[in-house]
Amino acid sequence: MKNLIALAFISLFALSSAYSQGYNVGDKAAGFKLKSTDGKLVSLSDYPGAKGFTVIFTCNHCPYAKAYQDRIIAIDKKYKSKGYPVIAISSNDPETLPEDSYENMIIRAKEKGFTFPYLYDETGDICRKYGATRTPQVYLLEKKGGDLIVRYTGAIDDNSQEASKVTAPYLANAIDALLAGGTPEPSFTKAIGCGIKLKKTK
Amino acid sequence: MRSKLITMLNKALILFSILLIWQTTNAQKKKVNKIQVVNFDKLEPYLHQNNDTIYLVNFWATWCAPCIKELPAIEAVEEKHSDKKFKVLLVSLDFPKELSSRLEPFVKSKNITSEVFLLNDPNQNRWINLVDANWSGEIPFTILYGRKFRESYTQPFTFEELDSIINLKLNLP
Repeated sequence: MKNLIALAFISLFALSSAYSQGYNVGDKAAGFKLKSTDGKLVSLSDYPGAKGFTVIFTCNHCPYAKAYQDRIIAIDKKYKSKGYPVIAISSNDPETLPEDSYENMIIRAKEKGFTFPYLYDETGDICRKYGATRTPQVYLLEKKGGDLIVRYTGAIDDNSQEASKVTAPYLANAIDALLAGGTPEPSFTKAIGCGIKLKKTK
Repeated sequence: MRSKLITMLNKALILFSILLIWQTTNAQKKKVNKIQVVNFDKLEPYLHQNNDTIYLVNFWATWCAPCIKELPAIEAVEEKHSDKKFKVLLVSLDFPKELSSRLEPFVKSKNITSEVFLLNDPNQNRWINLVDANWSGEIPFTILYGRKFRESYTQPFTFEELDSIINLKLNLP
């Protein structure tokens, strides 16, 4: 009997991986208002001139996220003026991952000279809504009328180890495609990353 | 003359003993896990072995806290069923440049006895789908398969959970 109960639980885990929730390409994305490392609340509605946003779920502690810090700054610098600013979000629970506390986020943003807002998703609600599971993970949003439409999700490029060996800069290509009035291809990619650990809901 | 011979023999004996001791320690050293660095094409056959053994393939990294937490459970379950047809393969996703500075010392210090591969294949978007179409890339990630079943798990195991699953799988008709 005990075995059966365990099996039922495990099957549930196995299933939950198969039906991941969150946004797919083409979905309408929700806006948000979150606290930035400079203490101010940042909302996507603060950017009336933007054509869209590169929302990146990232964090302090993850080696893969760290490997991409400089590349994210470069993307922001290149595309902010073209209408696609980067918005970085950390959703990790600092009780599980102390390196990802809000205080440490402030330190990291200063150290690295982040050119984009680094937001703290304390409740994890935005992460749940978007369906982000790992860091770093990108959601490229395009403004369409009053809506934000997901145009690309996934990895930043195809080589997390070495920026110099990237052969497919997925995110940059996707933004370029939108700027040219086209559709990103591919619009969905996968990458290894650190699992996001949200604060448990009560 | 005779005493000289004895001294020589003695010396030879000592040398031989030293050699013997050195060899034994070396043999013990060989037991310590040798990590194979592979690309995905080398790894792929290990995900599809067609025989009567049950295989658990766990994707992990030294920097992944929940991965490290579940490793002792996986190792203990393998140890418990070591006389049965159950085999574990640990596929590390550590950065290849940290093989000797991080992965090897970790495997040694934790006395990991399961087979360990380091997967060095940057084109993750290709191989993640080939491992499992439903996997989005976060670790830990585990595939459990045998001739009659194939399952994947994104949640870390406890010893009890994994042990009961393996018991069930080993007793499949």
